[in-house]
Order: sequence, then C-alpha cells, then structure tokens
Amino acid sequence: MEKKKLIIGVIGADVHAVGNKILYHAFTEAGFDVINLGVMVPQEEYIAAAIESNADAIIVSSLYGQGELDCRGMRQKCDEAGLEGILLYVGGNIVIGKQNFTDVEKRFKAMGFDRVFGPGTPPEVTIAALREDLLGITDQVVK
Amino acid sequence: MNPVLLMDFGSTYTKVTAVDLDAEILLGTGAAYTTVETDISIGLENAIAKLEEKTGPLDFSQKFACSSAAGGLRMVTSGLVPELTAEAAKQASLGAGAKVVGVYAFQLTPEDLVEIEKQKPDIFLLVGGTDGGNSACILHNAKMLASTTSSFPIVIAGNRSVAHQCQEILRDKETYLCENVMPKFGTLNIAPAQKQIRELFLKKIIQAKGLSHVTSLISGILMPTPSAVMKAITLLADGYEEELGIGELLAVDVGGATTDVYSVASGAPTRSNTVWKGLPEPYSKRTVEGDIGMRYSIQGIVQAAGIERISQISGIPVSRAEELIAYLSCHTDCVPGENPELQKLDFALAAMAIATAVTRHAGHVEEAYTMMGLTYLQTGKDLSQVKQMLVTGGSLIHTSHTAQIAAYGFYDPQNPMSLKPKEAQIWVDRSYILAAMGLLSETHPKTALRIMKKELRHDGNSE
Repeated sequence: MEKKKLIIGVIGADVHAVGNKILYHAFTEAGFDVINLGVMVPQEEYIAAAIESNADAIIVSSLYGQGELDCRGMRQKCDEAGLEGILLYVGGNIVIGKQNFTDVEKRFKAMGFDRVFGPGTPPEVTIAALREDLLGITDQVVK
Repeated sequence: MNPVLLMDFGSTYTKVTAVDLDAEILLGTGAAYTTVETDISIGLENAIAKLEEKTGPLDFSQKFACSSAAGGLRMVTSGLVPELTAEAAKQASLGAGAKVVGVYAFQLTPEDLVEIEKQKPDIFLLVGGTDGGNSACILHNAKMLASTTSSFPIVIAGNRSVAHQCQEILRDKETYLCENVMPKFGTLNIAPAQKQIRELFLKKIIQAKGLSHVTSLISGILMPTPSAVMKAITLLADGYEEELGIGELLAVDVGGATTDVYSVASGAPTRSNTVWKGLPEPYSKRTVEGDIGMRYSIQGIVQAAGIERISQISGIPVSRAEELIAYLSCHTDCVPGENPELQKLDFALAAMAIATAVTRHAGHVEEAYTMMGLTYLQTGKDLSQVKQMLVTGGSLIHTSHTAQIAAYGFYDPQNPMSLKPKEAQIWVDRSYILAAMGLLSETHPKTALRIMKKELRHDGNSE
C-alpha cells in the first residue's frame, strides 16, 4: 500500500527547529511519507506543498505562543485551494500563557482543525491519531 | 594552424567566429544579415566572407553552430502550483535556451488553449504534481491539449504515476516522456527535460526554421544560442580540470528587445539567521526580461524605472527624454554614434535595464522578528558575495562607461533587501564570443576557457 503523505512545518515567525526534526523522524519511522517544510512556514507554503504532492494531512506546529494568529483562516484557504476535507492538525505551545486546554482545543477546532495537541504531547500520541484518521487503525497508546 | 568555425544564426545577424585550436587564439569574427526567409546559407557565406577579409582564406577542420533565428526556440509550459512545478517548468525551458512565450498554472481553460494555439510554440512542456502526488491537473491538461488541432511536440515531465496515461490521452500528438521536473517536493530535476528539449530542437526545429540547408555544412552540435551562452558562462566560472575558472559569476546581456541575466552561483544564504524559502535554485540560472530592452522594449525600461529616474541619470529634461525615447522606439536601428545627448540617454537606459533585470534575477530577503531575535527569510539566490560580473550588448560595448553602467546592477542602499553583488570585477565581451565559446566548449572546453580568459576584458573596478 502507498504510504500516507504528511506535510509538516513550524508556522509563522517561529524558528524552533528541534521539535520539528523530532517529529520528522518519528513520523517517518512510523511509516509515513513526510514532507518537512522546516521553520517559519507561511500558510500558503503548506497548502502549495499539499496540492503538488497530493498530501493526506497537514500538521502545523507552533511553539512561540502566536499560533492562534498564525493559524487563522487556514482551513478556509485549504478549501479555496481545492483541499476540501484535508486532515488538519495543530500542536505545540499554541497559545500565550497557561490557558485551559479544553478552551484552547475548542477554539482551534472552531477554526477548522481536526485535532489539537497541547504542550508536551509525545509523538506517539499524534502518530496514533494519524493511524486512526488516515488508516482506520486504533492503537493502544501507553502514556 | 587548426582553424575551427563557430556560427551563430541570430534573428538579425549571422555571426561567425574563427579560432585556432593549436595556438588557442581568436582568429577573427564576421557578421552579415541572417537570410532565413530565402536561404540561410547566403547570410552565412556573406559572414564568412567578412571574416576572411580580415584573416585571409581559412581551411576549417570543424564547424559548429547555434541558432536563435526565426524567433528562437519558442516554448509554452504548464504546471500545477505557480511557485512550484509551473516555476520548475519555466526554469527548465529557460535553462534549455528557450524563449518562453507562455507559462500556465493549474487547469488549462478553453481560453488558455486559444492563446496557446495562437502562440504556435515549437515545444510544449507539460508538467504538474510530484511523483505520486497530484495527478488530476496534468491529466486534465493532457485532455485539453488532446482536444486541440495543433501539432507541436509535447514533452511530458510531470507526476510519473500518470505520465503514461498522459501519453495515452495524447496518442494523436507527438509526445516525449521524461523524468519529473519536481520528483519530490522541493527537489528540482530539470536536466532530463532539458536534454529532451535540446534533442527535439536538433531533430525538428532545425528543419522548421529553414536551417536544414546548412546542416550539411556543420560537423555537429547545434543548439539554441542562449544554451551555448549558458555553457560558456558556466565554464568561465567553474574552470575545467587544471585550468581555473574566475569563480561565481553574474552575466547580463542587454539586447534591443530583451535583457538576459545568467548567474553561476549556489546562491545559498551568506548571512546568519537566514531561512531559505521557495523552490531550490539552479546553480546555473537564466532569466529573460522580455519587457526590458534598449529599443524594441525601451518603453518597458521607462515603466520599470520611471522617466524621472532616467532624466536624473542622463541629465536630460523629462520632456526631451520622452521625445527621444518615442523616437528610438520607432527607429530601432538608431545608435548614439557621436551624438552626446543620445549617448547620455543610452547610458541611463542601459543602467536602468541592468538595475531592473538584475533585481528581478537576484533573490531578496525579508526581515522577521522572532523569539530568537531578527531573522531573515530569503527567497531566490543570494548574489551579494559574487565577485565577477560579465556584461555584453551594444549599449555596453560601444561606450567608454561600461563599468559605470554595469555598477547599476550592484547592491543598492535604497533597496537593501535585494541580494545583488556588493562589488564585482566587471568583464566585457566586446566581440560577442560567448555563444561561440559555448559551442567550442562541447569539444574543446580547455581551449574555449583559455580563449575567453584572453579575450574578455576587465573594465574598471567597482572599488
């Protein structure tokens, strides 16, 4: 079976490169075909890469607190570009300060993200979610 | 003596260059009007006669040719995303020496097809999607092209998963399959498509352009002129075996209708805290500014630079400058000669042609403030540390101010985000030998390089 294709990158004016590299290796190891856009990625670049490579999911990282601003309108832009229904994840320190994660998750879901991951999420959790959403396989994740 | 003849069939002039392989010297050059309408060999014979007036009769052991006659190699390309495969297709075509007369992205529309049929390209380059990526767009475009009555050959260099399917859809057309120009996201693979384009140029275009008369006179190697120029410039920068090149290089050819810019440089960021964005840049890159030229495209220079700036540089009042420019745009064969006013105007026009074309060719940076401090986002090539600049074109050859004009292509404090050379040694190709040396480099690279190092002149210095 062909590997599922993921677009990953750190959005906005965010230069945190370490987590991005860890995710690249973890997702590749887990059997995904990963296109890593690196750091400081604008919304348009995720979308262009997803169109050209016919990707199955876009996974947005943000670690510097400005994620909420950076992610605004991303789902609508995907729709506009013909990527209706593409799986959209976001994770990291996506908001400023210590906020109730349930509220944060709700806000990002309202923006059109299918899944929202809080600070310190291990890659295994995201991988399990991807396997469920893309392959229909439910794993037991030991946290 | 072992003389070799190098011919360049241009749209206006047929230029011939003779070199002696034994002494590794230029013997002479000659030029005559291209006679593509009647018999192209008449113009060639006239040019050789001019050459032999200077050198005496020569018995050539080999003859090679390049051509941009009859409109050059006209290409239309279609890709998917404008900044990705559509750009890769354009890069591939320009690098192969083509004149790109149309670039399309996403799905072709019936209106696009009307335009394309009107353009009558010599070759169509059909791409789109990474390997295993998007297939809908290239399949749609193949179907659209299949519905046309036109007969241009189509090079398919897109998503390999559906390449054969595209060929099947286009079974009534002449098609050629190639490796994808962007096999993986962010990987540029333009050489196979370029090789195919060049083979097609040899096989098909030569006949269509009335050049078949002369193929019997040629020992081998026939390529589009810009492709020969690119080979010469790359050789000059890189060197060959123990014969050293001059290092990373920027070259500008300011013509009457277009301005061509070539860079042979990696273009990687030279400052710290820089993130490089966008499509990977080809090491040898060519761009063509179709709206920037000294006569046919004179108005394009005015539009890009502004008449006030041209007036300021030339010292000619705006109204008079406008008057002269209007005259020159109709009298395209007018040269300044000894007329000081026209000399000043051509100085300003050439300076702005170089400034505009180099700015468009070079990359740029944007500043972004991040948690880590100031960070730069670079798009395109960083040429700021390129130390050699080669210029050619009538306006730069027939002037005593070559270096001053060329310096307008340097870094400009008014536009600090543009990554143009900070300072560079200026070289000038006074006898238009670049295309000839590119041709010669196919069989005798070391000789071509040594002749270029002898013949290309240093002109002034930016320091």
